Amino acid sequence: MRRYDVAVIGGGPAGMAAALSAEENGAKVVLLERDVRLGGILNQCIHQGFGLHYFKEEMTGPEYADRFRKRVENSSIDVLLECMVLSIGKGLTLTALSPTEGLVEIKAGAIVLAMGCRERTAGAIMLPGTRPAGVYTAGMAQKLCNLEGYLVGREIVILGSGDIGLIMARRMTSEGAKVKLVLELAPYSSGLKRNIVQCLDDYGIPLKYSHTVTRLVGSPRLTGLYYAPVGKDKKPILEKEEYISCDALLLSVGLIPENDLLSGMGVEMSPVTSGAVVDENRMTSIAGLFSCGNVLHVHDLVDNVTVEAELAGKSAAEYAAGRLRPGKAVKVRASGGVRYALPQTIYAGDGATTVYFRVSDVFRNATLQAICGGETIFSKKFSVLAPGEMGSVRIDKSLIKGDDLEVTLK
Amino acid sequence: MKATCIMCPLGCELVVTEKDGKVCVSGNTCKRGEMYGVSEYTHPVRTVTSLVKVEGGGVASVKTTKPIDKNRIFDVLGEIGKLTAPADAKIGDTLLSDVLGLGADVVVTGMSK
Repeated sequence: MRRYDVAVIGGGPAGMAAALSAEENGAKVVLLERDVRLGGILNQCIHQGFGLHYFKEEMTGPEYADRFRKRVENSSIDVLLECMVLSIGKGLTLTALSPTEGLVEIKAGAIVLAMGCRERTAGAIMLPGTRPAGVYTAGMAQKLCNLEGYLVGREIVILGSGDIGLIMARRMTSEGAKVKLVLELAPYSSGLKRNIVQCLDDYGIPLKYSHTVTRLVGSPRLTGLYYAPVGKDKKPILEKEEYISCDALLLSVGLIPENDLLSGMGVEMSPVTSGAVVDENRMTSIAGLFSCGNVLHVHDLVDNVTVEAELAGKSAAEYAAGRLRPGKAVKVRASGGVRYALPQTIYAGDGATTVYFRVSDVFRNATLQAICGGETIFSKKFSVLAPGEMGSVRIDKSLIKGDDLEVTLK
Repeated sequence: MKATCIMCPLGCELVVTEKDGKVCVSGNTCKRGEMYGVSEYTHPVRTVTSLVKVEGGGVASVKTTKPIDKNRIFDVLGEIGKLTAPADAKIGDTLLSDVLGLGADVVVTGMSK
């Protein structure tokens, strides 16, 4: 049984930042990563757009990952690569498996979850039609392209206008494929506006909102598909079905926080974020178990992942050292157009804290308010708020007089 | 001209006008947005990111050190396609200087192996 103050599960941007922060706060840290190297999803994100807030400099995903990887390599953090955590047990123990170490049992003073997300698959959306080769999640197509040098098709249709779908539209076009069409079920994109510009508009790639794929054609390989507009109920209007030929369909239909490790543990989960319910320190309902990054809630910017993970890592180190003493609990609730607010509990005290949120629809000229005990303690007007762009509010804790904070949109 | 700024994830909606030979930008919330508005109106540019083969196996991701003329994206991609990175290449190594005389170098940003 190996003993550590803090064990971090996942070596992507969240895991690396949490491990570094825990170590800086005096903890003996082990970082467990299932892949052959650190970096997580950043290793395949070869496009620009990372680090603008955290490093005040724009860089690609692999470059951002490398900055943290180098810091981890120069630290006293024990890194176990090719190491898959199989289960988390009572008393903050965990069991992992690695081809070099064999079965690894660890007892930790605190555990930080940083496993990121997996993608919603073709099976999960139950596309009618054949089951041909040529259907990939956008992230898998990205991995095959950017880490292996494979082009998964020459004539591409993309379902989903989230960031991964948009980025892959540009990527496939750059490598010589023809991206014929992007289809989006909702009347708006869940991706960043700048990606619509630099990934679709720049290349003249058409995007149809309120449309979806209705049938796959071709066997053993995809040769085309049918698509149709959808009504307000998101159901396809089949009379308006159209056919388009293609040899690959990329799916960008949702990211799911990878919380499988938590099944059966009784951790309180949020059905809105699909991640754990946490307090200001990013601690879950299980004492000593912390969560950060995409496994907690899907982020848009890795810079925010890093900040969140540093907070979780520091809190984990303090918990392991018996130094974490939260104040009086204040429940944070989302209402109105706010789909969720995180953390779900903050603590009364001095200083300020940041509450992150997402809205449920596109809102123009709306005012975001934080209300405590009937008093509005924070108010900010936004010209546009979109579901695809996480927002944050800085709450002055000295203004909190009750035990309930409502984050709402008017 | 209307444009969505791509400098940061805020994506401010810019309005760019020209009056008496001077380009004016509104709708931006920062200086970078103003610069982007002017640039997009007078001479749109984009950073190019792509992939090259690595000697002995694997691939390396690359980028242009500066944004280049938007009209030349595919020409630059063509030049990048001719490159092979050495097996011992490191992040930050220059593979090609001043690609097509456009003022940007092509540097390594990541190694798959």
